[in-house]
Amino acid sequence: MAIFNLSSEQETSEEEDDKETNDDDEVRPECLSPEELEKLKEAVEEKKKLIQSLKGKPWPMKKKLVTLRESQEFVEKYEGALGKGKGRKLYAYKVMMTKKWVKFQRDFENFKTACIPWEMKIKEIESHFGSSVASYFIFLRWMYGINMILFGLTFGLVMVPEALMGRPYGSIPRKTVPRAEEASAMDFAVLWDFKGYAQYSVLFYGFYNNQRAVGWLKFRMPLSYFLVGVGTVAYSYMVVIRTMARNANESGIGDDNSFNFSWKMFTSWDYLIGNPETADNKFASITTSFKEAILEEQESRKDDNIHLTRFLRVLANFLVLCCLAGSGYLIYFVVRRSQKFTLEGLENHTWWERNEVNMVMSLLGMFCPMLFDVISTLENYHPRVALQWQLGRIFALFLGNLYTFIIALMDEINLKRKEETIVKFNITTWETSLYNSSMSGNVTAPPVTIHPADVPRGPCWETMVGQEFVRLIISDTMTTYITLLIGDFLRAVLVRFLNYCWCWDLEAGFPSYSEFDVSGNVLGLIFNQGMIWMGSFYAPCLPALNVLRLHVSMYLQCWAVMCCNVPQERVFKASGSNNFYMAMLLVILFLSTLPAIYTIVTIPPSFDCGPFSGKNRMFDVIQETLESDFPAWFSKVFSYASNPGLVLPFILLMVLAIYYLQSTSKSYKEANVELKKKLQMQNEENKKKNKQAALKAQMDLEEARKAATQAAEHRRNNNASFQSQEGEIHNSYSIIIPILILQQQQQQLLLLLLKVEENHGRNDRNHNGRYGCSSAGGSASQPSVRGPISRCYSNRGNSQYLPGLSQQTNPRIYRTPSLQSH
Amino acid sequence: MGTTASQLGKADLSEYQELTFLTKQEILLAHKRFTELLPKEEKNSTNARVPMTKILTLPELKSNPFKERICLVFSTTNPNDGSFSFDDFLDFLSAFSDSATLEIKSHYAFRIFDFDNDGTLSCGDLEKLVDCLTYESEDSRLTTEEMRQLITNILEESDIDKDGTVNLSEFQHVISRSPDFVSSFKIVL
Repeated sequence: MAIFNLSSEQETSEEEDDKETNDDDEVRPECLSPEELEKLKEAVEEKKKLIQSLKGKPWPMKKKLVTLRESQEFVEKYEGALGKGKGRKLYAYKVMMTKKWVKFQRDFENFKTACIPWEMKIKEIESHFGSSVASYFIFLRWMYGINMILFGLTFGLVMVPEALMGRPYGSIPRKTVPRAEEASAMDFAVLWDFKGYAQYSVLFYGFYNNQRAVGWLKFRMPLSYFLVGVGTVAYSYMVVIRTMARNANESGIGDDNSFNFSWKMFTSWDYLIGNPETADNKFASITTSFKEAILEEQESRKDDNIHLTRFLRVLANFLVLCCLAGSGYLIYFVVRRSQKFTLEGLENHTWWERNEVNMVMSLLGMFCPMLFDVISTLENYHPRVALQWQLGRIFALFLGNLYTFIIALMDEINLKRKEETIVKFNITTWETSLYNSSMSGNVTAPPVTIHPADVPRGPCWETMVGQEFVRLIISDTMTTYITLLIGDFLRAVLVRFLNYCWCWDLEAGFPSYSEFDVSGNVLGLIFNQGMIWMGSFYAPCLPALNVLRLHVSMYLQCWAVMCCNVPQERVFKASGSNNFYMAMLLVILFLSTLPAIYTIVTIPPSFDCGPFSGKNRMFDVIQETLESDFPAWFSKVFSYASNPGLVLPFILLMVLAIYYLQSTSKSYKEANVELKKKLQMQNEENKKKNKQAALKAQMDLEEARKAATQAAEHRRNNNASFQSQEGEIHNSYSIIIPILILQQQQQQLLLLLLKVEENHGRNDRNHNGRYGCSSAGGSASQPSVRGPISRCYSNRGNSQYLPGLSQQTNPRIYRTPSLQSH
Repeated sequence: MGTTASQLGKADLSEYQELTFLTKQEILLAHKRFTELLPKEEKNSTNARVPMTKILTLPELKSNPFKERICLVFSTTNPNDGSFSFDDFLDFLSAFSDSATLEIKSHYAFRIFDFDNDGTLSCGDLEKLVDCLTYESEDSRLTTEEMRQLITNILEESDIDKDGTVNLSEFQHVISRSPDFVSSFKIVL
């Protein structure tokens, strides 16, 4: 801190009696001028920034502790006193609040980390199997988090209000089991099928009443139902896109193939591995990948039999397409058959025929990927490329199956709607007959009360859709668990115990223990989530079901992987696929919300069930709310805003913005590549120039040195013979000139060497030591030549070897500044 | 440090939280594991050091091919004998933690790979590195020809100024483009 000497005008108005001049020890902030105060503030801010950045400095802990304590002392000493006059209290208050806020943030971070579930389990799996298997479980945990939020929304805002504040069971027709089904409503088989009492509960769409406001809170039930449906989709989009953006940031710029070997070398070891067996596998896979990469590099030009390969690949793709088409047709056929069965009455058919659709879909999902695996051996791709093809094909399979299922479902919906019109007609006739019969008895008869169970009911297509999805999820879950138990657990048990009495080594050869199929499981998870998104509008119970399912899956799969699986032989990097899985999730999200949106927008709701019954379209509830619940001007504004004349230009503007951002990002990428090339070229050029110049200077130095020694010898020889001044001068000139050249070369060489040393960062050369004293005068080497002459003349005895030269140059350095100052 | 080493004081804890990337629970767990490694008579001394042989018995480091290098890099003894004090141990965990920045990780990775401690990765360092990664499986070691080819390729890719070695900034440049460095350079107690 500097010594301050202030005049009275610069003092603050408060502290007039604190005029202290020549204060060495302490700086009183009160007597500082505004500029000094600013500087002090800046210094304090700098220290604070230093404290924050200490974490990221690669210093040993001792040094960090010392710096921290120093900086904290400094900040405490001067911070409290900063802030002048009236602002001082506010400043101190602000400082205290910032400190409290930082502490609160840190505690909150600690708390959040402690709350993350299953951390120990995943850590154990990471240490045994590496990070690629663990990435599946981390993905599962993330999905669990999303489903918890969706569950919270549907449960809290849809199911609970209806259960607590809506009409109770049995009060209106839609909430009661029809008389015909009452007998069997409690059977387990019926409940498992989600009929009977399960159907007429908050679990499904049909239970909800269309009353506009329920309970003492005047809770707008239909509006809430609609908005929760829209909100779940919106929230899912937001979360997926945010995660994708974060992954894209962290992973640099896509996959750069320019650092293949370096990355293999520096980043291939997984430091989380703590298990010796996994470590061995990792070593083996690293070695294999090195050898493969070297081979690929050498054989990159070799392409033998490219026609055969191409033909085989086309054949493989054709087979796969046949497979996909076949499975799609099979599902369609099965769904039509099940419709036929339903028309004939379900009791006449076996269990298989009743659950045909779900079983067929699950079985296809199990066996087709294996078929694809076999077909892909024809193609002869690099394993990573083959994996991507495999994933793409499985994706197409699942997608095809799902959409065929939806198309079949649409057929059923249309059927039900036709049925509905018939039922409506029947109801009117039934009502009139009832009325007539009551009239015929007594003229003043009391109005006929009919038990809700006896009222003829329309087929509620929405509930039917919800039920189908719930059944699909259940059967999918069951299939997964059974495959897990049989495929992994039973196999492991057999291999372990039959090994003792079998001809060949079961553990090493076929079938051996199974590996954990990361990509297959991730795909299964993604599709499961797609089905949830599709069906949750019609069956609010689906997120709850999924939360339960994921919870059980986590424990079951963690146990199975530790108990029955072995670490993978070919270990793939997890990261490259991270964004790939997110992208698939986004596509599935988009594709699965399409059918729901289509049904909402085009199909009129059933007339006697659900919260939108009686309306023309489901989204009419929004219109209704705007008209009745909001002030008049709001609906006017909204109607203006939804005018096509305004919406279309807005959409156009957004498309243009997207195009603009895309093209700027492309140009940034290109600029990046250009800069990188430039950097490399510049470095190479610099290196070359420096090396060349250094070499040249060194050569010149050698020559000059030789010339100087020769001249010295010559002069010594000549000294004996020539006594005249001229001779001396002549000789001294003949010495001087090479010596001058030498000095110039020396300085140039010095500069070049300094530059080269900067580039290298090495300190193991001694030239600095030898020529160090000359460096200061290097720039002033040109001005005078007269001065040195007399000096050299006097020191000529020492001119034989180089260190003498440095002695010569020393006096010159001391002289030239004085010359210059004149 | 002021308090006995068998439990961390609050001031120390908050200082460590300020200076490392670890959370409070992680620091306490680290302290617990560290004191377990100390011999009984040193459990209460404040500046106890754990010798390298004991550090290498930690399950997280046992199977790591770079375990000795890690001990030598993070140890602050002079002459370097690879032993850890609690401060060194925290430094080590902080650099390998989940929330550490790329700069810190790449800095320490460079020091770990620099077997001869000369500030650059020369051919000798790279050879030793490859050996560490492949040596364990005897039958699948690389031949000298393959090794030479590998090192040439690596230098071609990473050595921007073509001086035959990889220095810290070149290393950091290569690593910053890698998508899985940060996730694989992680150790959790």
